Amino acid sequence: MKADPKGVLTGVHFMDGDHAACEGALAAGCRFAAGYPITPSTEVVERFASRIPLIGGVFIQLEDEIASSIAIQGAVWAGKKAMTVTSGPGLSLMMEHVGLAAITETPCVFVDVQRGGPSTGLPTLPAQGDMMQVKWGSHGDYEIIALSPNSPQECFDLMIKAFNLAEIYRAPVFFMMDEVVGHMTERVHIPEASAIEIVERRWTKKRPGEYRVYESGADLVPEMVKAGDAYRIHVTGLTHDEKGYPVMNAAAQGKMVQRLMDKIRLRKDELVDVRREALEGAEIVVVSFGITSRVAGRAIAEARRKGVKVGHLRLVVAWPFPSAVIQDLAKRVKAFVVPELNMGQMALEVERAAFGRAPVVSVPHAGGTVHEPQAILDKILEAAR
Amino acid sequence: MPKTEIRVGGLGGQGVILCGIIIGKAAALHDGKHATLIQAFGPEARGSACSAQVTVDESAIGYPYVKQPDILILMSPDAYKQFIKQLKPGGLVLYESDLIKVGRELPEGAKALGIPATRFAEELGRRLVLNIVMTGFFAGTTELLSYQAVEKAVVDSVPKGTEELNLKAFKKGYEYGRQLVAAKSA
Repeated sequence: MKADPKGVLTGVHFMDGDHAACEGALAAGCRFAAGYPITPSTEVVERFASRIPLIGGVFIQLEDEIASSIAIQGAVWAGKKAMTVTSGPGLSLMMEHVGLAAITETPCVFVDVQRGGPSTGLPTLPAQGDMMQVKWGSHGDYEIIALSPNSPQECFDLMIKAFNLAEIYRAPVFFMMDEVVGHMTERVHIPEASAIEIVERRWTKKRPGEYRVYESGADLVPEMVKAGDAYRIHVTGLTHDEKGYPVMNAAAQGKMVQRLMDKIRLRKDELVDVRREALEGAEIVVVSFGITSRVAGRAIAEARRKGVKVGHLRLVVAWPFPSAVIQDLAKRVKAFVVPELNMGQMALEVERAAFGRAPVVSVPHAGGTVHEPQAILDKILEAAR
Repeated sequence: MPKTEIRVGGLGGQGVILCGIIIGKAAALHDGKHATLIQAFGPEARGSACSAQVTVDESAIGYPYVKQPDILILMSPDAYKQFIKQLKPGGLVLYESDLIKVGRELPEGAKALGIPATRFAEELGRRLVLNIVMTGFFAGTTELLSYQAVEKAVVDSVPKGTEELNLKAFKKGYEYGRQLVAAKSA
């Protein structure tokens, strides 16, 4: 279906990433947001709070991130599309409810505008240090999806994708911005509503009595109903059967957890979204995401001037990790270089996927600013030697 | 036009970021160019050091930071002290001349053009529009962007109801800039 024109601010704007992310959410049909303001993400909800009364929807500033991350799930089960917006310290508080969204298969979006950590860290300065936290932060086994925009335009475009993926897979989707992308202002083109494709929630056509809340077909994703629509449903964080009722045994646990994993793992190929640049014949491949991809671009251009054949692989969808793409490249490249604004998180994934076939050179940075392009260049040249 | 890197510096509350936004908006929305703006500010809303980095180019911009600006637009002595050493040799510094004294720190071949923007803004009725005077001064001295583009960006960036005052401030800065450039080249 097409986007509702009420939420689409069609036109060409000079807008920062935070505001563009909010516009993307509104265009995607998000009509409920809850949050506790935190730098550098505050502008997202600030804009949402000022826009939503005119569009029709609700923003609640709650007492903390724990409340925010559960309020959105209530809104989703009442039939709305919803998001919460935060940064590292808030994200840490939300982890319990990430697990709840995963086990109850509640389609929702968590926006994380990353800043330097751990703890309160660097409130106004960038990092990309939450990449592993979103993958593994809540206890138990589950799968999530994470996207990483590198410009205000992508904050708009990919936010729509984030909401769509949440509906398709019924899983929590993380929108992994960083302080630079959030506060960077560029031209943002917002198309007509009729040009924006929106994935509607998969409402069941079954009648009350026939419908089972966690019964799924071939794609392993159950259909949904709205609470209050005459269906008897039971939604719980306990291990449950197809009816949603708690079942405390290994068989039920095995079946449920396996499906939570498989609904994403078995369709990983559909989720791969990478930008490939000059990979053909490349001896070195730089793997990057978010703001670091733009910094790496400068180092790559310089390395090419020095005669090194460098390709660039940018992760737009960071989770699930595009292992097959790396595996394939690992057979023919000399090395991978992985710059990121953390101490080497996604480099571990590249290493895992490369499986010893090509060395992986991490270019870590604790955050607070972006890399010096020279630091990335040095590693490229070193790897090429 | 080659890639042009600009840094606007001053104090929180002077309208430093807005000055950067107007330049970026003029380039990206009204002059068919690409522009990227990065802003840095302290935790305080007013009075702390504040700066905007704007890159303007004919093609898409990758690396967004300004390390060695071609143009500095400075509104406070602290900003002058902090950023003057970054200026590219042969670059241009535009400064608030009642607040900043330009000394020997200027890099080789650099040009410095001053304007008493705060005083002009006060004469127009509101000190608050000093950033728009500076924006006009930038437009007039550099002619990097078309007058119409920057004028339009001023109108769609300032609060409704203040357009007339801001346009006056913009024109004042622009004309002073044109005169200064003409006098220097005469």
